Amino acid sequence: MQQNNRTERHTIAVLADNEAGVLARVVGLFSGRGYNIESLTVAEVDPARHTSRITIVTSGTPEVLEQIRAQLGRLVPVHRVVDWSIDKPGIEREMALVKVAGAGEKRVEALRMADAFRARPVDTTHTSFVFEITGSPSKLDSFIDLMRPLGLVEVSRTGVAAISRGPEAM
Amino acid sequence: MDKDDRNTRQAAAPALEMTGAQMVIRALKDQGVTYIFGYPGGAVLPIYDALFAASDIVHVLVRHEQGAVHAAEGYARSTGKPGVVLVTSGPGATNAVTGITDALMDSIPLVVLTGQVATHLIGNDAFQEADTIGITRPCTKHNWLVKDIDDLARILHEAFQIAVSGRPGPVVVDIPKDVQFKKRPYVGPAAVAHRTYRPPTEPKPGVIEKAVALMAEARRPVFYTGGGIVNAGPAASAGLRELVELTGFPITSTLMGLGAYPASGPNWLGMLGMHGTYEANNAMHDCDVMICLGARFDDRVTGRTDAFSPGSKKIHLDIDASQINKNIRVDLPIVADAGKAIAAMVRVWKARKYAANGAALKQWWAQIGRWRAKRCLDYKPSSAVIKPQYAIDRLYEMTRGRDVYITTEVGQHQMWAAQRFKFEAPNRWMTSGGLGTMGYGLPAAVGVQLAHPESLVIDIAGEASVQMTMQEIGTAVQYDLPVKIFILNNRYMGMVRQWQQLLHGSRYSHSYSETLPDFVKLAEAFGAAGFVAERPDELDAKIAEMIAVDKPVLFDCRVDQKENCYPMIPSGAPHNEMILSDAEDEAAELGEAGKMLV
Ligand SMILES: Cc1ncc(C[n+]2csc(CCOP(=O)(O)OP(=O)(O)O)c2C)c(N)n1
Ligand SMILES: [Mg+2]
Repeated sequence: MQQNNRTERHTIAVLADNEAGVLARVVGLFSGRGYNIESLTVAEVDPARHTSRITIVTSGTPEVLEQIRAQLGRLVPVHRVVDWSIDKPGIEREMALVKVAGAGEKRVEALRMADAFRARPVDTTHTSFVFEITGSPSKLDSFIDLMRPLGLVEVSRTGVAAISRGPEAM
Repeated sequence: MDKDDRNTRQAAAPALEMTGAQMVIRALKDQGVTYIFGYPGGAVLPIYDALFAASDIVHVLVRHEQGAVHAAEGYARSTGKPGVVLVTSGPGATNAVTGITDALMDSIPLVVLTGQVATHLIGNDAFQEADTIGITRPCTKHNWLVKDIDDLARILHEAFQIAVSGRPGPVVVDIPKDVQFKKRPYVGPAAVAHRTYRPPTEPKPGVIEKAVALMAEARRPVFYTGGGIVNAGPAASAGLRELVELTGFPITSTLMGLGAYPASGPNWLGMLGMHGTYEANNAMHDCDVMICLGARFDDRVTGRTDAFSPGSKKIHLDIDASQINKNIRVDLPIVADAGKAIAAMVRVWKARKYAANGAALKQWWAQIGRWRAKRCLDYKPSSAVIKPQYAIDRLYEMTRGRDVYITTEVGQHQMWAAQRFKFEAPNRWMTSGGLGTMGYGLPAAVGVQLAHPESLVIDIAGEASVQMTMQEIGTAVQYDLPVKIFILNNRYMGMVRQWQQLLHGSRYSHSYSETLPDFVKLAEAFGAAGFVAERPDELDAKIAEMIAVDKPVLFDCRVDQKENCYPMIPSGAPHNEMILSDAEDEAAELGEAGKMLV
């Protein structure tokens, strides 16, 4: 197709029946059609109606992103697909656990930075911290970059959760 | 199929307790199923046992599970009803995968029931265990593993609903053996509807008005129609005919849509695409308004996409929203059932008293006349060898006026059949379009003949393709299905040879059949009849004999070995750069880029 090469990063939420294999369907769709997944989170959000919410951060040209939305919408157990970057303004948050080890000046600096980012130490030893940080993915990126020279050991990120602003549901 | 009809038939049924296997049979009956195509094995023995007692379901024993699926496809495509398949776990299921993928690509409604090892064995690499759900997830519209007997009846009914509604497609229900033995009260279809799956079928308000207004302004319009019209049922085809007549626009169709508009109709341009007609492809390229109805801008149709119909406004009607803007950006999408949308177009055109731009349309038809004058389907006749085109023409003429259904294999013969056999009605043409599955046609013919016992069912075949599923002649013989397998025998995988000639310096690597079976003896070995024709002057008499025989027939029609199928848009070329004959192709530059494409 007449495509341009502008790649955009979009966050897409998918509301689906929480039935066996639904995640495999979504992931298989992305791998089978050659789409990118930058992050993916999934959890049941309504136990009474057995619905799960999958939040996918993906990137592609506008044409590819349009296909991704349409292909997701076509899956039988999928009820709704919302692209936060297009359909409505959304809030995105991600959580990370960041382990930093070191002593002396670097350790003090790490703690000072964490404070500035409102990252909370959730595990502390004489030689290490585990910080919990929540925010936009880019805020997490910056924090992790800053920790790198200060003894970054390990990172665990949840992937993005997103929701719309205002009183309405997706 | 009419769902309400099925529902009412079942409405009053009491909640009977029965085994899972009995439920399967009961659910099939309640869904109006009369034929199933299958092959037994360990993991479906309980269902076969229940089948043993069932009198009103006919089980057709195939010779290979791929054959079962293609037969079900032929049945479905020729009747508009879902086809049903029953196979065992492991190899039974994996053998069915080609057929299931074929049905997905061509939007054929199928319900495929697979046996599975007992639930407590799943994941243990048990005997004949395969992850059928995992394997078939990407090649089904949807699939289910039924781990709990409480879900079985509901899932079976949902399976039918999903296979036939929206864009039709194959579904798989994988049933572990222990679930087949468990007992529960049965739930009828009336009590079942999928929780959320409701594909929209009505066009959005206003969109039809816009489309029709665009059509009325067109100076060089063309209808580009596809299999979606056939899938939408006979009323959609009838509506299309009315719309074409009202507007006076020219019409072309994809391989899958042949017959929706009659080939004898005055506005018919012939098929479009890689082996479509010169007039159809040039009309597509030069049109100013393209009305795509139930087709999906497949790469066989578009050729080079960045040079595809550059000056046109495009209307695209499809029931599947994911087809919109997938390969080609369109100006006016209509996501709806083809029958409903076309009926609405007819209504609006009449209500608004629209009239086509007569003067412009006249010029456009004059241009089309000049393209038609190229006579792109002409070929060099011969009195020494049977030209494959001649064979198709004779087959057409000699079966004309009869109640004929045609299936095909895949290759040159398929394209010649599509170009030359004239279809007047939908559901008469069964071919593997999207997947291009050699071996489709013979088993598909079996399914068609079963559904239409009095009709003349012919598989236009290639000698290579037919060998992929030829064991199904056994099925045809067993069930007295007098299908005619008309083999255009060129001793080559002709389509492969043609590409090797055009793109690979005539290096015919492994595309010649050094050995072939004696098709007459082969037919006789199966209990069918065999014929050979080698000379043009004997062809008519032999075809007449073939038609007269009340048995399955293998017809070995020896044709010119080196004939190429033209016209042709080489891969990677735009619509207005067609090769019309061998003479031209020597001069034609087939770019390196085209070689990369399939
Ligand atoms: C299962 C399968 N394998 C391979 C191919 C690739 N292929 C396409 S056409 C063709 C040759 C078909 O030969 P034949 O049936 O003799 O038909 P002809 O082109 O000679 O008319 C082949 C190998 C295919 N379409 N399907
Ligand atoms: Mg051949």
